[in-house]
Amino acid sequence: MLLMNILKNDKPGLWLLGILLVVSIAVPILNLVVPENSAFHLSTYTVTLLGKYLTYALLAVAADLVWGYLGILTLGHAAFFALGGYAMGMYLMRQIGERGVYGDPVLPDFMVFLSWQELPWFWQGFDQFWFAALMIILIPGILAYVFGYLAFRSRVTGVYLSIITQAMTYALMLAFFRNEMGFGGNNGLTDFKDILGFDLRADSTRIALFLASATALAIGYVLSRIIVSSRLGLASVAIRDSESRSRFIGYRVENIKLWVFVFSAMLAGIAGALYVPQVGIINPGEFSPLNSIELVIWVAIGGRGTLYGAIIGALLVNYSKTYFTAALPEIWLYALGALFILVTLYLPKGIVGLWSLRKTRKTQKMREEKT
Amino acid sequence: MSVSATTVTVKKTFSPLLFFFVSFFMLMSMTQQTIASEMPAESSLEDAWKTLSQKNYNKKAEAIEVIAQENPPEARPAMKAMLEGQLYYAKRGKALYFLKEVNDNYEFTPLFDTDPALKPVLQENRRGFKKVKVNNRLRRMIRQLLAVMQLKHEDADIRLAAVQELLKNPETEAADLVKNAIGKETDQRVITSMQTLLAVIQLESGDETAQLAAINTLANSLNSSAMNALAAYQAPTKALENKAQSAINKINDKRDLYAKAETIFFGLSLGSVLALSAIGLAITFGVMGVINMAHGELMMIGAYTTYVVQLLMPDNIAMSILVAIPAAFIVSGLVGIAIERGVIRHLYGRPLETLLATFGVSLVLQQTVRSIFSPLNRSVETPEWMSGAWQINEVLALTWNRLYIIFFCLAVFMALIAVMKKTSLGLQVRAVSQNRTMARAMGVRSKWVDALTFGLGSGIAGLAGVALSLLTNVGPNLGQAYIIDSFMVVVFGGVGNLWGTLVAGMTLGVINKLLEPWAGAVLAKILVLIFIILFIQKRPKGLFPQRGRAAED
Repeated sequence: MLLMNILKNDKPGLWLLGILLVVSIAVPILNLVVPENSAFHLSTYTVTLLGKYLTYALLAVAADLVWGYLGILTLGHAAFFALGGYAMGMYLMRQIGERGVYGDPVLPDFMVFLSWQELPWFWQGFDQFWFAALMIILIPGILAYVFGYLAFRSRVTGVYLSIITQAMTYALMLAFFRNEMGFGGNNGLTDFKDILGFDLRADSTRIALFLASATALAIGYVLSRIIVSSRLGLASVAIRDSESRSRFIGYRVENIKLWVFVFSAMLAGIAGALYVPQVGIINPGEFSPLNSIELVIWVAIGGRGTLYGAIIGALLVNYSKTYFTAALPEIWLYALGALFILVTLYLPKGIVGLWSLRKTRKTQKMREEKT
Repeated sequence: MSVSATTVTVKKTFSPLLFFFVSFFMLMSMTQQTIASEMPAESSLEDAWKTLSQKNYNKKAEAIEVIAQENPPEARPAMKAMLEGQLYYAKRGKALYFLKEVNDNYEFTPLFDTDPALKPVLQENRRGFKKVKVNNRLRRMIRQLLAVMQLKHEDADIRLAAVQELLKNPETEAADLVKNAIGKETDQRVITSMQTLLAVIQLESGDETAQLAAINTLANSLNSSAMNALAAYQAPTKALENKAQSAINKINDKRDLYAKAETIFFGLSLGSVLALSAIGLAITFGVMGVINMAHGELMMIGAYTTYVVQLLMPDNIAMSILVAIPAAFIVSGLVGIAIERGVIRHLYGRPLETLLATFGVSLVLQQTVRSIFSPLNRSVETPEWMSGAWQINEVLALTWNRLYIIFFCLAVFMALIAVMKKTSLGLQVRAVSQNRTMARAMGVRSKWVDALTFGLGSGIAGLAGVALSLLTNVGPNLGQAYIIDSFMVVVFGGVGNLWGTLVAGMTLGVINKLLEPWAGAVLAKILVLIFIILFIQKRPKGLFPQRGRAAED
């Protein structure tokens, strides 16, 4: 009942969920049922691409939750995404088993290559899916908890907070580049064979992963919507708008920030875990601060503080990135750069803002006509 | 032949070198006799030159000694050529020649150009000539003899090198010679080296009092030969042994100290690069509140300006850097003003939005450079006056380019402080950053000040680019590599505080270099990042927080 009440007030969100549902039904049909020579056939490559966009959209929702509703401009959210991805990658790596190049039943190829004798302790348990799934949520969550606990308790805010989130992801990137860390160093984790016993290259598995991404996005969106509509969400908006005032009123600002931050990190981790089997590789480049900044841009372009805006932004920017880098590689950086500049200058509320702008103009007009 | 016969008999009791040194010494002190005995010496010298074309190494050794003893003008070049395997003799006539390879051809120049019968020969192969072969024993001997000869050279650096050559393989026989030379020596460095050499020799051969004196001398030396001599020293008494051990400890302590000094120097030079790249950011970010993600690209533009200036003046690399400094400042500054006028002025008071917009600018600038200069890395030539090192003592050498970067950083910093504190522009900048409306009410043209401030910060980024172009390759991604570090420095130092930026840059540089030996470069960097994250927890406003009204926002 609560859910229905919340969603009733979120028309754009309902629309988005509806479209997502239609797409989730249409894509498998277009891929599996429609014959390959038909004009309506959807290639598996496109399905995977769409699945990838959906994981990005989930990541964008997670980022919007902290930036749009808590006012924390995070420049390190891709770190949680990458950690979730690594946890999934470790599970997939263990699934390869004897089919690796060196044929070692336990050790992944890169460990054999580095002539390690036994599996490091932190790789134990990742042969079980349930354990990996737990870690996908727990590891980003714990990192976010520790980081947030320290940062929010000491009242690090604004630009300082942004910079240290960036420092966090940068440090993680450097760390994961080291072979000694035991995560495949420069090359990362790749050469995955199957997930839960299903072949990763099979069309049906790809469709299943796409559907899983769509479901995760839908659930993630609804959960986020519930949070922002709850007292917790309202309090976090209050903190965003005036932190010291909320503190003086009596809210435990640190706790509110911490829980929203941790939840957002977990969402990002799930997005990363769904991303990895679809693209087939995870490497330290995913930690790069640039990725986190790009993520913020998706949210800004879509419209910050709306949740659905983040989804629209992520899909739009990533689709145009795919299009431009293939069609006009020279132009892509110009286009992306210009997009950032124009959106921040002229669309402070993003693309979603355009729509609500039209609406307010309409109501203004109506009022004027009345008078 | 009579001379060589004597040498053979002497050799049985003394080492050949001893004979040489003694006779050499006598020769120097008794010039009268030398002149008197010139005639036979002349003929023995001629014999010696001829002996070089023989195969017997022992005979060659004697001949070389004779040549060194007589020291005709040809002796040094001939001995050097022998060491390098470039002394040849003609199979016919046995005359000596230097070999020089010229464009795959072999040029043979006669050693004695006085004889009109001998002419330089240029041919495609070495037919008709044979190398004067030397073995390791001869090589060692020649090096020592050359060193002894160079002890009297007029250039102090060459004398120093000669003493150090002798130190590598100290021979007891050299002692008298060096003792004699030390009295005439004027250069302090050479005297110190000579004293070390004498001490090393005395440690082996002197009596106990001499050994004690030697240990005391060596304890003040840093030379590795001195260290080896002390380590190999067989002390006759317990007291001397203890003395030697404490001398070794003293040398080791000193060396550790200098090694630390070197690490700190490396740290300071790294810190200067960090500070230099962060100072510009400290203005745009700290004073104006603009998070300029395009800062790295402004450095990149400065580096490319250096590259272009060098392309324009390829004949004068030494000057090109000096031209590039103002050029980079102007180019980057103008680009910065354009960014401010075009984008940033619409976004004042919204720092996080400036981050996004300037990130867009950085992408555009990167792609522009990629389109103009190609995505490949370019390299800037380091001028000659920046290469080499300043040798402070035997273990501590400071490279010039690092020293110049430290100086450059300090100079830029001082100039900036002067601009901010002493000029009317600086006064207006500070006024606007503290209270914009009040400043405008007092008649400050705040928009104009904004543009100039941003231009100043960008220009300094360009200067950092000049320094970076000399350290790394110039490429479109140059800026990205430094932007995160620059932000760390500014935040660590305290936003809005120029001194804080300098101190933070230097501190981070030194910490990084101190950690590197035991953690490795990457881990050191990670540790520094973690350190900054934890430090910000403790002091959320950096090392030197702004106080008063400006701090509240």
